[in-house]
Amino acid sequence: MNNLVREPILSLDDVSITYPGAPAPAVRGVTLDVAQGETLGLVGESGSGKSSLAAAIIGLLPDGSQIGGTVRFEGRDLAHMPARTLRALRGTEIATIAQDPFTALNPIMRIGRQLDEFQHWRGDLNRAERRARATDMLAQVGLSDPEVRMTQYPHQMSGGILQRIAIAAALLAEPKLLIADEPTTALDATTEAQILGIMADAKARVRGATVFITHDISVVERLCDRVAVLYAGELVESGTVAQVLEAPKHPYTQALLACDPARIGKPTRSLPTIPGTVPAPDNLPQGCVFAPRCPVAIECCETIRPKLESAGPGRRAACHLVNT
Amino acid sequence: MADSTVSPPVAVRAERFGVLRRLFGAPLGAIAAIVVMAFALAAIAAPWLAPYDPNAIAPVNRMQGPSGAHWLGTDQLGRDLLSRIIHGTRTALYVAFAGTGGALAVGMAMGMAAGLGGKVLDSVLVLFNDSIKALPLVLFALALVTIYGASMVTLISVIAVSMAPGYFRVVRNQVMVLNNADFIVAAQSMGASRLRLAVTHMLPNLIGPILVLIAMDIPAVIGIESGLSFLGQGIQPPQSSWGNMLAEGYTYVRQAPHIAVAAGLPIVVSTIAFTFLGEALRDALDPRSGGRS
Repeated sequence: MNNLVREPILSLDDVSITYPGAPAPAVRGVTLDVAQGETLGLVGESGSGKSSLAAAIIGLLPDGSQIGGTVRFEGRDLAHMPARTLRALRGTEIATIAQDPFTALNPIMRIGRQLDEFQHWRGDLNRAERRARATDMLAQVGLSDPEVRMTQYPHQMSGGILQRIAIAAALLAEPKLLIADEPTTALDATTEAQILGIMADAKARVRGATVFITHDISVVERLCDRVAVLYAGELVESGTVAQVLEAPKHPYTQALLACDPARIGKPTRSLPTIPGTVPAPDNLPQGCVFAPRCPVAIECCETIRPKLESAGPGRRAACHLVNT
Repeated sequence: MADSTVSPPVAVRAERFGVLRRLFGAPLGAIAAIVVMAFALAAIAAPWLAPYDPNAIAPVNRMQGPSGAHWLGTDQLGRDLLSRIIHGTRTALYVAFAGTGGALAVGMAMGMAAGLGGKVLDSVLVLFNDSIKALPLVLFALALVTIYGASMVTLISVIAVSMAPGYFRVVRNQVMVLNNADFIVAAQSMGASRLRLAVTHMLPNLIGPILVLIAMDIPAVIGIESGLSFLGQGIQPPQSSWGNMLAEGYTYVRQAPHIAVAAGLPIVVSTIAFTFLGEALRDALDPRSGGRS
């Protein structure tokens, strides 16, 4: 039993993703584990490959995409299982919360019908029971008048309410793995705070683990146990939130934290930025992907690509300065 | 919470009949709907509504103007024009609905297949439909009539085939857009199968544009039926059709202009009414356009 418990829920090993027609992989060599009961924050800029990873996990990359390496969910390889088997996992053991609540719900279908549809795996329940579960779940994510919400259309509601409904929809599946892809990006700051509160409750309810994709370090700090930092399609650093945010090892993580407005103590006229831009997947530097923008790059950074190696207990980093 | 506070029962009930309420809320839409319903009633109840047998010849009464006995007058054979127009409505709407129905069935099946199937199937179907669209309608109709003879079946087939690409295009494009819609991806991420996506999520999203297209196509089909009948290639006399009545009236337009007017008026009125109904439907069907204030 003991080693069954230690078996990670989700385990990515050397995962690379190539989109159809793309000259180079968008994600390269990502290795990480998500353990039972854990919340992982996947952090990175736009185009760092975090959403591609999420799509790869649930098997919804565009047709013709290539996944290298293995994506294991409870020991089963998701990347190479038949589409039908994978589909049976979606909405049952793996549930997702989409980024934009305004477009993630069918505009011409009442909420009740949609929440009923999402439970299509629950053949053991009749329609009234499924609707009762849905109504109950809407109340649990903090919506007033859940019966009224069930009869309304998405356009009649605000973004915060829609995102609660999306969270409720995901929780109805009672998933072992919950993937939330920037669930607060489309919302205003006040609503974001409310939704993060709901998310904190929601992930406590998930039987297994939660993967939280975001570009916002403060969200990670508030909700996650572990963090994985992606840069240009590569994992540059991972570890517990306390370790990484307290003492980041990789220069990119250090730069990212320096840019977080919440961490800037003294008044300033201009917010700090990281000079340069993220390299395109087909035009990567020969050595470390971050070397061209790195303030502390040394000679070997230009030529030799650093491997992701252990950088203390439970943490890893891909940087020559850390590993030597 | 930022949403408006609603009094639940009222909001729910009003929403249930939202489409009809919005349709009749627009004056043009209401008028168009009433006119269309009047035509539909005339078509359905033609045998009971028509005061005379539409084909009863009475040479003594030929080419009489409107009178108490014959509200719209009589034609060159003494037949009652009102009765013939009412029966002509039946012909026109029968051809219109059978023709558009056939076009819808064929076009939608092809559109769904193209949108959900692979790239090769899509290219083949697009090529096929574009080829049909490239054929001049009247030439195509005349060719089929030459081969199969002028009859209602030929007429309906011509209409179904030539109108199908319109539905194909709308359905295909809509499915392509929906394929990438977030809510479709969201439904997929909750494990919905292709069939479930197509039936429960895509079809309802197609109904709006299709209904609008039907309402917009019907006047065109009425025009085609009347036009071909006018040319003698559609509905054959003595069966009454607005088109062949117009052709007959055209012959006697100097002596008895009321025949041509009586046959032309329903063509004009019905096409305009269906067009306005289509536009009103388009506005009413989109739940996003009718924001509750």
